[in-house]
Amino acid sequence: MTGDLVVQFLAQGAQMFMVLLIAPLAVGVVRRVKARLMRRQGAPLLQGYRDLAKLLRKESVVAENASWLFRSAPSLIFALTWVAAALVPSFASGLMFNWAADVVALVALLGAARALLALAGMDVGTSFGGIGSSREMMIATLAEPAMMLIVLTLAIAAGTTRLAGVADFFIAEPLAVRVSLALSLVALIIVALAENARIPVDNPVTHLELTMVHEAMILEYSGRHLALIEAASYLKLVLYLSLLICLFAPFGMAPANAGVGGWAIGLLAWSAKLLAGAALLGVWEVSIAKMRVFRLPDFVGIAFVFGFLAILLAFLTRGALE
Amino acid sequence: MNHAYEISHLLAGVMLVTSFALLYQQRVAAVLNTFAAQSIALALAVAWAAWSQDRPDLFITALIALTLKGIVIPVALHRTVARLGIHREVEKVVGVGVALMVGLALTGLAQALLFKVTHGTASHAREELALALSIILMGFLMMIVRRNAVTQIVGFMSMENGLILAATGARGMPLVVEVSVAFSVLIALFVFAVFVFRIRERFDTIDIEALDRMRGDRR
Amino acid sequence: MIHAYQVVVVAPYVAALVLLVIPGYRLGAITNVVASALTFAAGLWLVVSERVVSDYAIVDEFNIVFIAINTLVGFTTALFSASYIGHEIETGRLTPTLLRFYHAMFQAMMGSMNLALIANNIGLMWVGLELATLITVVMVGLYRTPQAIEAAWKYFILASVGISLAFFGTILIYLAGQPALGEGVPAMTWNLLQAAASRMDPAILDLAFIFLLIGYGTKVGLAPLHAWLPDAHAEGPTPISAVLSGLLLNVALYALLRFKMVVAGQPAALDPGPIMIVMGLVSLIFAAFMLYQRRDIKRLFAYSSIEHMGLMVFAFGMGGPLANFAGLLHMTMHSLTKSGIFFAVGHIAQAKGSQRIADIKGLSVTHPRLAVAFALAVFAISGLPPFGVFTSEFLILTTTFAREPWLALLPAFGLLIGFGALLMRLQDTIFGEPVGPAHRVDASSVPLVLHLLLVLTAGIYLPPVLVAWFQRAAELLG
Repeated sequence: MTGDLVVQFLAQGAQMFMVLLIAPLAVGVVRRVKARLMRRQGAPLLQGYRDLAKLLRKESVVAENASWLFRSAPSLIFALTWVAAALVPSFASGLMFNWAADVVALVALLGAARALLALAGMDVGTSFGGIGSSREMMIATLAEPAMMLIVLTLAIAAGTTRLAGVADFFIAEPLAVRVSLALSLVALIIVALAENARIPVDNPVTHLELTMVHEAMILEYSGRHLALIEAASYLKLVLYLSLLICLFAPFGMAPANAGVGGWAIGLLAWSAKLLAGAALLGVWEVSIAKMRVFRLPDFVGIAFVFGFLAILLAFLTRGALE
Repeated sequence: MNHAYEISHLLAGVMLVTSFALLYQQRVAAVLNTFAAQSIALALAVAWAAWSQDRPDLFITALIALTLKGIVIPVALHRTVARLGIHREVEKVVGVGVALMVGLALTGLAQALLFKVTHGTASHAREELALALSIILMGFLMMIVRRNAVTQIVGFMSMENGLILAATGARGMPLVVEVSVAFSVLIALFVFAVFVFRIRERFDTIDIEALDRMRGDRR
Repeated sequence: MIHAYQVVVVAPYVAALVLLVIPGYRLGAITNVVASALTFAAGLWLVVSERVVSDYAIVDEFNIVFIAINTLVGFTTALFSASYIGHEIETGRLTPTLLRFYHAMFQAMMGSMNLALIANNIGLMWVGLELATLITVVMVGLYRTPQAIEAAWKYFILASVGISLAFFGTILIYLAGQPALGEGVPAMTWNLLQAAASRMDPAILDLAFIFLLIGYGTKVGLAPLHAWLPDAHAEGPTPISAVLSGLLLNVALYALLRFKMVVAGQPAALDPGPIMIVMGLVSLIFAAFMLYQRRDIKRLFAYSSIEHMGLMVFAFGMGGPLANFAGLLHMTMHSLTKSGIFFAVGHIAQAKGSQRIADIKGLSVTHPRLAVAFALAVFAISGLPPFGVFTSEFLILTTTFAREPWLALLPAFGLLIGFGALLMRLQDTIFGEPVGPAHRVDASSVPLVLHLLLVLTAGIYLPPVLVAWFQRAAELLG
């Protein structure tokens, strides 16, 4: 049994490094697709890795009045996000730590990372950092409750808040046309866009002071600090893509006792879906305009409304089924 | 869990979502398009009910919903808006956020009301009714929180959509009701057409606010 | 064989079609009167002929009262309208085309109201009532002044909310009746629903009644859903105000009472009585206070209509043979008196060229006979003896006093408040220095005198036949 345990352990470790490895590639795909659709050449797919390597080599410039928070935040943010990303079931549902992959825990980890980032943004005391933090919090006040509502909807449907359990439930019950699930899908996509600072909530490629949110907060960072924060944001993208895949397109995912062969298939399916998702995101970003900041609460509010509706309908459906 | 129920539930859910979208929209043109989408969803829902409950008479209702409310009325209103040069922004009494929150509360109310009260009836009919009541209340809400005459028209017709959905949800309700619904829509349209025309004639605007300046007693 | 109830419904619709093609407004007005007379005759025939219950039509002791009032006041209003409406063309407020439209719509409205009253199907009744409402919306906006359009718009918005809620309530009643009566038409038929009420789910009936009360209550003009009523009365043509107050409110009340009968058949469902008592009292007292601030004479009497509808709803909410009898009698008396008052107001508006109370001073000097008739009509509506309204109000108060002495204080209080306001306004209009122009009045005074005579007669002597008839209707109400 020890050998089995080792294999299990290795599989979990593989997932953990898998997400870290694939994250810059996923971002590379998004950028490449966008560039191509705009008829530009675009950076090579591996540019993300090069950026990180370059930043890690560079010196970190820290403002004079920065506190310990400013310096320690990047590592903490990176660690929290990495753990969160590694918890989402990617290629197999029955991994060793799947009991820890609870959606509520996930929301909590991301919330902590976000709070740190906002604090770090305000730490140096520049106006941009403050603006970015306040905007981020404005979005978060709507996005987080929406996320919790989505989580609850799924929990009601599947009877558990464990992601692996939810994924198993969706694999077992094929093609259930459920309004509440469709609503939570839309809501989750909106939350994902907002959380990853994607168009129409934020534009990750510009530094326009009127509208930037995420970029404003990290404006003071450089060198390895910036590398960690960038890596964390890449990981977050992978996290949300895997979450969407795991919940709403779990086909191909290896069941609990699949063995190495099953895992290989699951891994392939997951990578393909992830990169396809990244490509779709690129198409989406090209085809839609950035929103005015004042309109953001309305947009993220949709996620909240949909989440709320979803949970209402979930209750209703459950009543009807009894 | 049968398909008939799943699909009708899905379509009713889509209608409810469009109800929220109606409150969310900022532009009159977008409101009209959303309304058209809702009517088409209604037509599909009614057609599905006709097919799954084996009630061919409902196809007529579906057809009326599709042609009249899905196509003719939105197009006519688009043209009215364009011809009269009305403000293309939706004029609001309360903001989008508040409206959506109230909408959510109304939806919750509708669910709670029907859920508690109608425990005896078939669960499917009850769910459909709960969704329909939500749509009705949302249409009502839209008439209150949107100021412009065209958006109020849309609110009214969205309310009618909810009524038709409710009538379809009640199994075996005789044709007379469906005809009457379609009929009342026609008359409502006629009335509205007259009004939009006359209000324009008098005020050069179809913003209802302008009317408030002439309250009867304060002449 | 043609039955009278078919004539009552079909004749007005046919007349409406004919009126659409008649070009001259004089001929149109005459046709309108003839058609209304025919309908009235059919109504009378219906009163004496056998009661009917078929799949789609029902004539019983209860709704025959409504039909009789409806056709009678429809006829007298057509008479009044024929002599009145020509003036509107002379002053340029209406064009001949609009007038043709007006006559056709008048008949269509009468037909729709009769349809709502005779239908033995809750869906059909809904259609009739809504048709009548929508037609009155158009009529209210007929003058096309900004005020008229505002009034019509407000009326439309509130009425459409009423339409929707009432329809939803109708669907719920169908759902409640479905398990007991099976799918299809039977679960929407009045007499079957009433008979099967005890087998229906009380919870659904409760919910349905709430929706119906709000939906049809909007049309009855119960506070706080009354906002459309004063505007609609003030801005439409005067004959339409008379029909609105005298008839359409009754038809809505009829719908409410029918549903009350169904819900009352299920003892486990909520008791409609107390809700109706509260809503009636709120409307009564609220409207009585509102009477003091009115500056427009039609608006004044519109609020008075809210007051009286409140009193009727209160009486029917009390229930029992005596209160129901009193409620029905009050409804009849109110219809006759209030439409009479609007006829008088039409005369006054023609004489003075204004509806503002401030412009109508000194009527007794310029138009003495009109002043006397108007004063008598206002005395009648404020419940002074020997008019019929006094009898019915007295009955309502005494029967309430016999059962719930404390409760009787509230309607009595409201009526006294209203009484004071009406007399104050009456004084303003009749006495004082005449102001403004004093035109000749062309409109016929026959309908006004006829109504006043009827109300006076009823106040002095109620024929036993009539009493017996109303008693049977009151018993049906339970």
